[in-house]
Amino acid sequence: MITIENLHKSFGKLKVLDGLNMSALGEGIFAVLGPNGSGKTTLIKCILGMVIPNSGSIKLNNEEIIGKWIYRKKISYMPQIANFPPNLRVVELIEMIKTLRPQQTKETELIKLFDLEDSLNKKLATLSGGTKQKVNIVLTFMFDSPIIILDEPTTGLDPLSLIELKKLIIAEKSKNKTIIITSHIMSFIEEISDEIVFLLEGNVSFNGTIESLKEETNEGNLEHAIANIIQKSND
Amino acid sequence: MIKILKYSFYDLMRSKWSYIYFFFYLFLGFVLLFLNNDLSKSIITLMNVIVVLTPLIGAIFGAMYHYNSKEFVELLLAQPLKRRTIFLGQFLGLSISLTLSLVAGLGIPFLSYGIFMSADIFDFISILIVGGVLTFIFTAISYNIALANEDKIKGIGFAILAWLFTAVIYDGLFLVSLVIFDEYPLEYFALGASVFNPIDLSRILIILKLDISALLGYTGAVLQNFFGTSVGMLITSIMLMLWMFIPLKMIVSKSKKKDF
Repeated sequence: MITIENLHKSFGKLKVLDGLNMSALGEGIFAVLGPNGSGKTTLIKCILGMVIPNSGSIKLNNEEIIGKWIYRKKISYMPQIANFPPNLRVVELIEMIKTLRPQQTKETELIKLFDLEDSLNKKLATLSGGTKQKVNIVLTFMFDSPIIILDEPTTGLDPLSLIELKKLIIAEKSKNKTIIITSHIMSFIEEISDEIVFLLEGNVSFNGTIESLKEETNEGNLEHAIANIIQKSND
Repeated sequence: MIKILKYSFYDLMRSKWSYIYFFFYLFLGFVLLFLNNDLSKSIITLMNVIVVLTPLIGAIFGAMYHYNSKEFVELLLAQPLKRRTIFLGQFLGLSISLTLSLVAGLGIPFLSYGIFMSADIFDFISILIVGGVLTFIFTAISYNIALANEDKIKGIGFAILAWLFTAVIYDGLFLVSLVIFDEYPLEYFALGASVFNPIDLSRILIILKLDISALLGYTGAVLQNFFGTSVGMLITSIMLMLWMFIPLKMIVSKSKKKDF
């Protein structure tokens, strides 16, 4: 369960998170949405401890996490751009992450699922963007973490892998996990997420189910509902 | 930290640059021995090359490696690891692999020339140690520069500038100031000034070790006069260690505050 209170972060003069509050994110799939530059990635990176907030608090199961590191055992993170050490082989990268994180893993079935057996002994530099993304998925889902954070997980995936990814996310959800996703692909969000956290100018402007968002904006589909909120804020 | 070090090291050992660096020293070693046909003369020439070249390579590689491993660092940052572990591990992986290229590249030609049979072995080893220490120092300095600059071009530029300053400009300024202020007693100034330049320090250290007073120069002579050879070597070694630990400490404290 993640709770965020009064989170501030600026980069130089640019205020990215401006007193952001987020009531407890419990079990389920949460989509963090917002226009470009609204602070989605910064928020995620604050939770992961990659960006250090200026002030505020982030609590994981009622424990403050800012400045700590052990809590990351409970989080699996899939970064937006999959760029790995070019001279390592796929199998070595997987082994490396495993040794850095001595937890139980299930990479064999994931490798099979995404058809990566032939790529295991290739160097990461020689892989295509989509294959790298599949490796990224394996690295994220091989651990059984209670919290999963996915930053634009669909980038570069072919339709078949996309279906597998969705199945994977839904399977993880059924294990009572907290899953946080950012994406610009609304059909994907609409299909899999339970709740939407909409960010605007560094603050949460909407937090609720897709249905309630549609009701609030009087729009029939999610894409238009989102466009509606953004437009309102511009007026 | 050892795990990160191991993987950074493996990654670098497979990069072509490590081999280019290795073969360069291999080639240099053979050419020096072939041209001089004498171990102790080759070692003196080698000193001049190492004192200038290892810092340059350390500076460029340190900055470049940091920028190239940006995404990898992000992957590691999301794992349950301390930031100190990640950055010190990477730094050590890089410095050790560079030092290994140096030691292996020069070791092979000098070994095959029979350095073990000669009394020059200790001078040779001390040159390799100084080369290694300079690699560590300048890799750490350029790592700091890279951590402070998001822009790759700027970071690498500053790293090269840091090398240029310590290797070339510093000596020039030093000489000019000696000439301008030659009516004043300059011993303390000269001592102080050389302490602030790791390249000067290591040059003095090697020359004291090789015991070639003709090459000592002003600061070296002052240092030897003040402290004698053995205390002089001890002091220069301690200063070099400080030059290594201060930038390392800065890497740790900088990385703690940085956003990725």
